[in-house]
Amino acid sequence: MTVPFPAPHLDPWSAAAMIACVVLCSTTGEVLTAAAMKSIGDLDDIRAHSGLKGAIRAVLTCPLFFAGVSFLALAFFSLLFALNHLNLSLVAPASASLTLVTNAIAGKIFLKENVDRRRWSAAVLVCIGVYLLAH
Amino acid sequence: MVLGLVAVCAPLGDTCLSRGMTGLPGISLAHPFTLIAAVFTPWIGLGIALLIGFFASYLTALSWADLTYVLPATAFGNVIVALLSRFWLHEPISLERWSGIVLITLGVGFVANGPSLTERPAATVDTEIAVAVEQEATR
Repeated sequence: MTVPFPAPHLDPWSAAAMIACVVLCSTTGEVLTAAAMKSIGDLDDIRAHSGLKGAIRAVLTCPLFFAGVSFLALAFFSLLFALNHLNLSLVAPASASLTLVTNAIAGKIFLKENVDRRRWSAAVLVCIGVYLLAH
Repeated sequence: MVLGLVAVCAPLGDTCLSRGMTGLPGISLAHPFTLIAAVFTPWIGLGIALLIGFFASYLTALSWADLTYVLPATAFGNVIVALLSRFWLHEPISLERWSGIVLITLGVGFVANGPSLTERPAATVDTEIAVAVEQEATR
């Protein structure tokens, strides 16, 4: 049986709050994880020198990685909760796309990544796409 | 290859999670631990296995590319989600939602054509190496 959006017992603000929770936890987790992987270095190189066990050890001995995974776990349970009340075709694209925009901002501020005009334009296109998805 | 695995495993995993969660009775904030029990149902278990595959590929990609490159480049999964939810879960998708998915895909294609990694100025790298060598020498 399919669930129409918004679900009959759910107001749009609750739906927005559920998606916002997924996005915030996900962005924090992804920025922390990205910082961890940058501090570790290229996993392909590590695997070439120390094997798969060496690569796994390099990841599992990084504290930043665990901080990131904790937030990603929070995002996962928020996603499960949201999927219990909303359609997958709304929750998955909306949370993934909004995460893209918040990550562009967080990537520029915290990871010092080069978020150029091309990436900002993509963020605007994604925002319009999300608006259309929610209507 | 790695980015392709990220794009395929994530939507398949999400679809399995949705299939599992919509089959369960409504979960309220008053009983959050029922979410833990949901993890051990077959569809949710399969979804989690696929998402583990996604995460391993995602970590590998993050080790050699920017976060702001990896995420958009793999967002083609949104289109796969839409197709799966339409044809497998039989969820209704309006024309507006299809337009939204097309715009998101355009944005993704736009950003994916750029460089994958932020270039650090060589002078900065040389300075960092020089500082590291100096610190090593003073130990």
